Amino acid sequence: MNTVKDLERKACEIRMDTIKLVYTAGCGHIGGDMSETEALVALYYKYMNCNPDRADDPDRDRFILSKGHSVETLYCILADKGYFDREELMSTYCRYESRFIGHPNNKIPGVEMNSGSLGHGLPVAVGMALAGKMDRKDYRVYTVMGDGELAEGSVWEGAMAAGHYKLDNLCAIVDRNRLQISGTTEEVMSQRNLEERFMSFGWNVLSVQGNHMASIDGALAVAGESVGRPTVIIANTVKGWGVSFMEDNASWHHKVFNGEQYEQAMAELQDRRAKLL
Amino acid sequence: MSVANKQAICNVLMKRAKTDKDIVVLCSDSRGSGSMVDFAEKYPEQFVEVGIAEQNLVSIAAGLAACGKKAIAVSPACFLSTRSMEQIKVDVAYSRTNVMLLGISGGVSYGALGMTHHSTSDIAALGSIPGMRLYLPSDRLQAEKLTEALLEDGEPAYVRVGRNAVEDVYEEDALPFEMNKATVLREGQDLAIIACGEMVLAAKRAGQALEKQGIHAKVIDMYCVKPMDEEAVMGAARTGRIITVEEHSFYGGLGSMVCQLTAAKSPCKVVNLTLPDTPVITGSSREIFDHYGLNAEHIVRVAKRMLEK
Ligand SMILES: Cc1ncc(C[n+]2csc(CCOP(=O)(O)OP(=O)(O)O)c2C)c(N)n1
Ligand SMILES: [Mg+2]
Repeated sequence: MNTVKDLERKACEIRMDTIKLVYTAGCGHIGGDMSETEALVALYYKYMNCNPDRADDPDRDRFILSKGHSVETLYCILADKGYFDREELMSTYCRYESRFIGHPNNKIPGVEMNSGSLGHGLPVAVGMALAGKMDRKDYRVYTVMGDGELAEGSVWEGAMAAGHYKLDNLCAIVDRNRLQISGTTEEVMSQRNLEERFMSFGWNVLSVQGNHMASIDGALAVAGESVGRPTVIIANTVKGWGVSFMEDNASWHHKVFNGEQYEQAMAELQDRRAKLL
Repeated sequence: MSVANKQAICNVLMKRAKTDKDIVVLCSDSRGSGSMVDFAEKYPEQFVEVGIAEQNLVSIAAGLAACGKKAIAVSPACFLSTRSMEQIKVDVAYSRTNVMLLGISGGVSYGALGMTHHSTSDIAALGSIPGMRLYLPSDRLQAEKLTEALLEDGEPAYVRVGRNAVEDVYEEDALPFEMNKATVLREGQDLAIIACGEMVLAAKRAGQALEKQGIHAKVIDMYCVKPMDEEAVMGAARTGRIITVEEHSFYGGLGSMVCQLTAAKSPCKVVNLTLPDTPVITGSSREIFDHYGLNAEHIVRVAKRMLEK
């Protein structure tokens, strides 16, 4: 599972699962699920030390999905890795009395922290990374944020603290898909000079094509080498990536598929997968 | 008719903004869910987008208000009320700025999205701030009247509405509305049901159902949760039995406030129907209401039980 091609194939399969989940449940935040897939797949299938059999191993790497609305991808990955039953997820997600609610919840094995209110993930990750330093542990802490999310002031309070405490065991990934609910980030609240901003807080900044597995893979490797500085990977992605009619289209933030759209989305991904075999 | 309260409020703002150029609506990536897309398009010079930054939203609104604007800050009730609580306390309530905080998709409107998206502590949180007024309108007609009144009075207020369309509680041309006075929907002397927000419809239906069974319930729409209409509460207390119904936690909401008032001035039996003091089960808002008995059937059951004793 370590070659880029393996990871690409896994990303394609996770996308299909995610689409099936959202279609079956009739709810979800599909656009952001699609843009973050490469980052989550690279983390869970290559970089993170985590294992469902030792889900509370004190030495495990920690992951927080700060953009908690894109939980479907995370759930599909955790199911695939064996943290819980995939069928239970598929048949109960967001349904009456299900344990799978529409945002990450740490009742669910593999989920570290509850999220869904934007702007919490980075400061919480700072706390986890600080604890790792205090306890002289080697675990790493990862968090994925949305680019619209970066308008929350708490993100920058966390960024300042991470730089101040030289948390080189912390890696943040920004899903820079340039869209949020109301339109483009640049119209809603400009995120220009993102790289410079993080740099000025003392971060190691990497900017890559975020839906290109080899690039994300390379960036995560570099992040692991950082000494004395937290790393942020600006993952330049496309919202809805992988399904032609959803790509770069703000209305797919949380739209749900009709039957025809579902068939088309699955067909496109099956084609892609066939090419990766 | 069935219209979302937020839409009714937007309609009033659209109408008023034409002539009142001091009206400014602010959103935090929330114009779609707040029904403010039309406003933003029609009055771009009276609209401010702050992005996903609710604390910023409230402080900017307060700054605008301090310079003479009538600021309406629109954001999901969950984030607006508790994430921005400090800004509401200091920049709005304490500084007495003319800000109307419009909490949309309130209570458990977001259903299966879970506790991050539920606002079931907003009455408790904001109600405890001196100078903060809280309103939970029950239908579009009342929401319109309330918005008109708030645009006139220039004082801070928090208005919470749900996400979904709600059936009319009132008749189009016969809407009894007096600012800060509860509306008595039905007179009765056997017991009283006091509800707020979108629970009023359930209370009204329960009142009708009880009447058919020969039980005369007084039904009160306490849209003005703070300042609460004490006289109306005393009127309810005279029946000897009160049921309160609200889309809020057990602590610090309408029910708690009714208990405080009655305990001090006119003790009587009070049962609070609320959401539980735990994260609620997964489900749609309707499923959540039914699960916890926030519906007409359960109100009827509770009423009968109270009368048996
Ligand atoms: C504090 C907070 N405010 C508002 C929301 C509602 N909300 C959910 S997703 C979203 C847009 C997120 O945009 P972005 O961060 O760019 O994520 P992505 O494009 O990856 O979906 C908003 C405003 C929220 N979840 N939390
Ligand atoms: Mg985005």
